[in-house]
Amino acid sequence: MRQRIIAALGIAGLAATGLVACGDDSGSGSGSSGGEKVTIGIKYDQPGIGLKEGSKYTGMDVDVATYVAKELGYDEKNITFKEAPSAQRETLLANGQVKMIFASYSITDARKEKVSFAGPYLTAGQDLLVKSDSDISGPDGLNGKKLCSVTGSTSAQKVKDKFAKTVQLQEYDTYSKCVEALGAGAIDALTTDNTILAGYASQEANKGKFKVVGQTFSTERYGVGLKKGDTATCTKVNDALKKMVDSGEWQKAFDKNLGPSGLKLDAATNPPKTFDACA
Amino acid sequence: MDVISEFFSEYDGLQAFRTTIYLTLLSAVFALLIGTVVAVMRVSPVRVLQVIGTAYVNIVRNTPLTLVIVFCNLGLFLQLGVALANKDSNTFINDNNFRLAVLGLSVYHASFVAEAIRSGVNTVPLGQAEAARAIGLPFLKTLRYVVLPQAFRGAIAPLGNVLIALTKNSTVASVIGVTEASAVMKVMIENRPDVLFIVFGIFAIGFVILTLPVGVLFTSMSKRLAVKR
Repeated sequence: MRQRIIAALGIAGLAATGLVACGDDSGSGSGSSGGEKVTIGIKYDQPGIGLKEGSKYTGMDVDVATYVAKELGYDEKNITFKEAPSAQRETLLANGQVKMIFASYSITDARKEKVSFAGPYLTAGQDLLVKSDSDISGPDGLNGKKLCSVTGSTSAQKVKDKFAKTVQLQEYDTYSKCVEALGAGAIDALTTDNTILAGYASQEANKGKFKVVGQTFSTERYGVGLKKGDTATCTKVNDALKKMVDSGEWQKAFDKNLGPSGLKLDAATNPPKTFDACA
Repeated sequence: MDVISEFFSEYDGLQAFRTTIYLTLLSAVFALLIGTVVAVMRVSPVRVLQVIGTAYVNIVRNTPLTLVIVFCNLGLFLQLGVALANKDSNTFINDNNFRLAVLGLSVYHASFVAEAIRSGVNTVPLGQAEAARAIGLPFLKTLRYVVLPQAFRGAIAPLGNVLIALTKNSTVASVIGVTEASAVMKVMIENRPDVLFIVFGIFAIGFVILTLPVGVLFTSMSKRLAVKR
């Protein structure tokens, strides 16, 4: 009995020191890093755009976000990235849970009702990803084929309505499941923005298996999502983006993240020369 | 409110809820069949059947439904080539996904149905089974004519709970692309983030309309049909 009590006390003691250690840690952590903190919303699951690998974040959105945040006066170690799933982007901004969103966020009129946009910092377009040996050359060639996209995105529906009436649509909750199905031959093509497709095509596991068709049929202007009416930040972000383009950092970020995939963006709008007025 | 008229015209929300209802009803029928068999196995005197029944309930009940549904598509269909529709049909993807979702939902909810029925069996006094054996009925006939009819009447309330859970769980089918209510909700949220809460409210009300009467019906049935002892 006595031994048990001693053991129990010992365990309690160990647990207590553990707690104390943790407390110390976080205390000194927040003490040493001065300056204001900022939380930025990104995608966690789009290679080449915004991807979380362990504790590292990579992608074009991440690099642009880091550059802009630095220009806004935030130290790199004070940036916290938070996942911004498509359906939650407006709410995250409205609640102030994130200050800015860089998450392949296309500027649309319906979205402008809820949030303000800075940018655009990149202009993408809807395209198709097919197997390397496929003979599909554009959305018109999809009649009778099977096309994949994610639930809640309108890109696949657009193809069906505008280009190929008899295409069959498969929807999954994530693009990676589409890529899996494309690899297995259950579907013929995957459609979404060419930037996202290029990211998947150049992933280590998929190298050489897929190609981006390269005939875009929509214009997606990626903006920086801000809380509605935050024109002060919007102006600062636009200035930062302009500086990033002028200094050549934009091109560097593009070459690093999306360059290896061989993606060709519309040269007239990329890198961006003009930015939307902040309203 | 233009978003409400859009729900009916542009997004065909009623069709989406119809798909939800079909998913639910079909899965409920298959889950009841599988669940009854599993419950009978669990209360049978044969040790092997007991073990199989118990294993089924414990394994399936503790597997996340999303995994079950995704496995039906990526595992059964993509890897193992199990297709539940005609591959040359021009609605193959929709039919196949719908049936795979029904399969997944049935298999998953069968474990809960089995436990509900087993709880019903436990409400039947031991004397009933003993009396049935005493007049010479074998095991299956004892079940068929004496125990199960009383067990089902005792299990109506928990079965109603399973049906309500099944209605709501059918939304998981959207992960493999079945266009039921929650999938259409995602599309509407993508297009109309400006009226996010109204969109959410429409679908929440839709599900309440589906589940509330089921709850009321099963509660009153469980009272009316209860075995008077």
